[in-house]
Amino acid sequence: MEYLAPDKTADAVKILAKAKGNAHVLAGGSDLLVRMKTGFIEPDLIVDIKRIKPMQEIKKTASGFSIGAAVSCATLGDHKPLRKAWPGLVEAANLIGSDQIQGRCTIAGNLCNASPAADSIPALIAANAVAVVKGPKGTRRVPVEKIVTAPGKTSLKRGEIVESIHLPKRTAKMADAYLRFTPRTEMDIAVVSIAVNLTLGAKGVITDARVALGAVAKTAILVPAATKLLKGNKLDEATLDALAAACRAACKPIDDKRGTVQFRTQVAGTLAKRAALKAYTRAGGKV
Amino acid sequence: MSVMVRSKINGDDIEFVCQPDETLLDALRDRAGLTGVKEGCGTGDCGACSIMLDGALVCSCLVLGAEAEGRSIETVEGMANGDQLHPLQQQFLQHAALQCGICTPGFLIAAKALLDKNPDPSEEQVRYALAGNLCRCTGYDKIVRAVLAAAKQMRKA
Ligand SMILES: Cc1cc2nc3c(=O)[nH]c(=O)nc-3n(C[C@H](O)[C@H](O)[C@H](O)COP(=O)(O)OP(=O)(O)OC[C@H]3O[C@@H](n4cnc5c(N)ncnc54)[C@H](O)[C@@H]3O)c2cc1C
Ligand code: FES
Ligand code: FES
Repeated sequence: MEYLAPDKTADAVKILAKAKGNAHVLAGGSDLLVRMKTGFIEPDLIVDIKRIKPMQEIKKTASGFSIGAAVSCATLGDHKPLRKAWPGLVEAANLIGSDQIQGRCTIAGNLCNASPAADSIPALIAANAVAVVKGPKGTRRVPVEKIVTAPGKTSLKRGEIVESIHLPKRTAKMADAYLRFTPRTEMDIAVVSIAVNLTLGAKGVITDARVALGAVAKTAILVPAATKLLKGNKLDEATLDALAAACRAACKPIDDKRGTVQFRTQVAGTLAKRAALKAYTRAGGKV
Repeated sequence: MSVMVRSKINGDDIEFVCQPDETLLDALRDRAGLTGVKEGCGTGDCGACSIMLDGALVCSCLVLGAEAEGRSIETVEGMANGDQLHPLQQQFLQHAALQCGICTPGFLIAAKALLDKNPDPSEEQVRYALAGNLCRCTGYDKIVRAVLAAAKQMRKA
């Protein structure tokens, strides 16, 4: 096996495009090294992206935030402006693993690892985040919900790397929230999770909304029905019940020892209400 | 093809040669002779291999040795100041916060990372911060007490 740590994205792309055999991008390694250890993959080449300076940066621009693909989740959690603008995304990222895992893991790695239960993916989808993908043919800007195609599978082509994740601009009266159900409070994988991102207008009326569920289908999923029913309404009891029903209807979960279909579906609705209330109050709405 | 790695370990410039797919945990133990880092699981679950890497708490079993080039590393071997044990080490002894001891270096490093950031943590904060460290012997209670006592001792010093 060969290990390379280029300091430019363009070099990383070139190396990957030319590579023969199994080449893998290394960000925090908290999935990749586990899969190497357990024998699921045998890389011929590892391209470490952590020496690429721009990938280590969180930038606030006129169009929002840009989070470099190598920024650790611990660093995200320490970034006050980001936490203020995207509390839900940051709480999702900070739920990944222990403090030790936080020191290494990245949201881009969480996305590209493509687990149905990945914590940051629903939050990224709800946030309307865009992955900036660099490849041999140039740059593509891909909505995050188009990255994961199936468990462990992405739409990235040979030689393509996520360079950064872009979050849209925030104004007052916008907020997000993320909740997950796990049997243990720490060091566990979501049985159901949900992210809600709301924009409020005058008098607490919701003018825009995005809701995404995790761990209840082959990939994290956007719930368009939720957007439809939330828009133009306040978060009253009838709206909350309709939201819960829409989220339950969107679930196509697996049945396993961690949660039955019925349990996952039921909890999805309950968490939807709680996450919506949290996002709503964060955005300045009163209930 | 082996890789030559130069890093600062507990303040000393150290060079070691390792394989490109070798973990930093193995490199520290087998190449640099630092056997304070332990392998419990090798998959990021137990924290016995905890180290500080450029100021971040990480599991060395999920880091490649080659990644350590030019980085600075702190392990349990660097915690004491000569014969003077670190307050955490003193309080672990005082509270009998270990039995077999295999988890102890990892707990000490993770607890130090917590206290460096938050000198006055609540019991709950200590338990959350140490959730990435497993102990099969003590039942955790003595460890949590030792960390709280060390925090108190360090605040007074
Ligand atoms: C003990 C433990 C607990 C965990 N707990 C959780 C949890 O609670 N919730 C959760 O969601 N996950 C959890 N995980 C899984 C893992 O930590 C996360 O998925 C993490 O976000 C992965 O990020 P990384 O940077 O470490 O990825 P890596 O392991 O470096 O990469 C993951 C995959 O993505 C690819 N990749 C990485 N970056 C890029 C990029 N920029 N462009 C293209 N491809 C890329 C890699 O090639 C690899 O296939 C846990 C893992 C461990 C070991
Ligand atoms: S050996 Fe690294 S976490 Fe268990
Ligand atoms: S003292 Fe034995 S595992 Fe902790």
